[in-house]
Amino acid sequence: MEIPEQEFLAPGHRGCAGCGATVAVRLALKMLGPNTVAVSSTGCLEVITSQYPETAWEIPWIHVAFENAAAVASGVERALKSQGKDDVNVVAFAGDGGTADIGFQALSGAMERGHNIIYICYDNEAYMNTGVQRSGATPYGASTTTSPAGKKSFGEDKPKKNLPMIMAAHGVPYVATASISYPEDFMKKVKKAGETEGPAYIHVHQPCTTGWGYDPSKTIELGRLAVDTGAWILYEIVDGEFKVTYRPLQRKPVNEYLNAQKRFKHLADEEKEKIQNYVNQVCAELKI
Amino acid sequence: MLKVISANRAIAESVRLSKPKVVPVYPITPQTSISEYLAQFVADGDLSAEYIKVESEHSAMSAAIGASATGIRVFTATASQGLALMHEMLFSAAGLRNPIVMGNANRALSAPLSIWNDQQDSISERDTGWLQFYAENAQEALDFVLQAYKISENEKVLLPSMVCVDGFILTHTVEPVDVPSQEEVDEFLPEYKPKHSYLDPEDPMSLGTFTDPNYYMEARYAMEVAMQASKDVIRSVNKDFAEKFGREYGFIENYMCDDAEIILVAMGSICGTVKDAIDTLREQGQKIGLLKIIAFRPFPKDEIYETVKNAHRIAVLDKNISFGIGGVLFNEIKAKMDVDIRGFILGLGGRDVSPEDIKKIVDITKTSTESDKINWIGLKEEEI
Repeated sequence: MEIPEQEFLAPGHRGCAGCGATVAVRLALKMLGPNTVAVSSTGCLEVITSQYPETAWEIPWIHVAFENAAAVASGVERALKSQGKDDVNVVAFAGDGGTADIGFQALSGAMERGHNIIYICYDNEAYMNTGVQRSGATPYGASTTTSPAGKKSFGEDKPKKNLPMIMAAHGVPYVATASISYPEDFMKKVKKAGETEGPAYIHVHQPCTTGWGYDPSKTIELGRLAVDTGAWILYEIVDGEFKVTYRPLQRKPVNEYLNAQKRFKHLADEEKEKIQNYVNQVCAELKI
Repeated sequence: MLKVISANRAIAESVRLSKPKVVPVYPITPQTSISEYLAQFVADGDLSAEYIKVESEHSAMSAAIGASATGIRVFTATASQGLALMHEMLFSAAGLRNPIVMGNANRALSAPLSIWNDQQDSISERDTGWLQFYAENAQEALDFVLQAYKISENEKVLLPSMVCVDGFILTHTVEPVDVPSQEEVDEFLPEYKPKHSYLDPEDPMSLGTFTDPNYYMEARYAMEVAMQASKDVIRSVNKDFAEKFGREYGFIENYMCDDAEIILVAMGSICGTVKDAIDTLREQGQKIGLLKIIAFRPFPKDEIYETVKNAHRIAVLDKNISFGIGGVLFNEIKAKMDVDIRGFILGLGGRDVSPEDIKKIVDITKTSTESDKINWIGLKEEEI
């Protein structure tokens, strides 16, 4: 696949070394191109890319608040439509907190109304901007500052909220999961999302060096490990048709993924086994 | 053309004539019929706008902000709990300098739940950076929306405006309203053409950025400069409006204040009752006047002072309370000028205010020796 050289998210932003969120945005914008307006929720991405008087955004960009990226994008999309600018892509970038938790109502409303927007959730599985507090997308067993491991706790005690499936239940014509570590798969999905008439939702998994606790050089490797162990699955749902877009040749044990991260370091074998069993069950259903 | 309509209908007609391109709106009593009229206008092709059926007031204002940021005219409307739910976004709209115009059907805030009128909702949003205009009747509601766009969209202002109408008392009461023609309105209020930042791929800009302590204060200062500058813009828009439509408005209305010994100060629909009471009192030889506040933000301190400075005493009627200190309008006037002043809390949660209550206020004002006392009017002693 041909990847455009032009960048629309400039370097020099304030992201951590090894930041996965900015990789997701760079790749997505390469597919969407300059005729795009971006909306960001409050979060890491907004803070690291927009510190006044500088900006990393080479396309028009707006941030309003934490919980309303989808609603703001709704307004932008209809306003452009009212001016006959239907050809402009409107993309929203929001983190997992801004999507699964505080922004969920606005997202549900926008998707149900069928706005022609592309909503990309960059999922690092906790509130990383404020120092690793759990979100609805934090996985089972992960230790965060608000779901800490302790004498009486093994960390987060609930599984990850399944946002892509909730979006599919809204009848969103294009829903996909992706990973920054499988850039071609992700970019193809962004392209499809851009070509979709009506709303599109992409949930892109991106490791976070500070929140997950690993060496910044390993971001891409760790994202790949999530997919290769079946802890994160790449699929798309086109007009209700479900399709797995990548199947690892041989699925690796989930421990390889868990043991590479500080947030799972405390887990007893028993909990790790529970996670492996859960992954096995999901993968069996999907023939992975 | 004279039509017999409610203030909600008058606002809807005014919005139709103002031709906003996007209308994100969420229904709430007693604003609901505004959202219904606008939906019908769009359905019938009488208003060529994108009507966004948002899932909350928070999203209504969020979508309004996104739409306005592309450089177009936007309208929304709400009331009470809805306005409170928008609270955070009101700061964003003003800070992003979006010239949004919003109708607010004034209604009490829960708890206890009440759908009836007072002005606690909009008064509580006084620090958000919005201009606020309070209508006494349906005609003013229509006229203020038209003027609000012209004021807010002026490049010296670029702050949003709220047009407030008392719930039920105005929103659901019909009265004759002069609805201007489209041609007249087009001449007064041409299409909005923004000169500043907006979302356009031809000229990319970043809006709503993250700002550290080196820059934040200047952005807030610029808003205060704009709020002050809006005073001259309001004067000039009032003048244009009077020339075009023959109805004259200012920051305040002076009703028999020039020789008044006691001046009552109020805003909104209660002013009709007060004027009635004053007419009766004047017949009895009592020199009473009414100063009606139209623009609450920007606060017209000079206009107020010029009007009340020769009165013996003034009485401020508040349909709101800031607990621990009393009525907000009372306290603002008290803080801004050296006048002999009394404050009254009345009409909360739809409690009726009669001409007799106004006479009682006049009597208390004459004899009261305590200027700090919070005087409650219409309280049922047996329910306390």
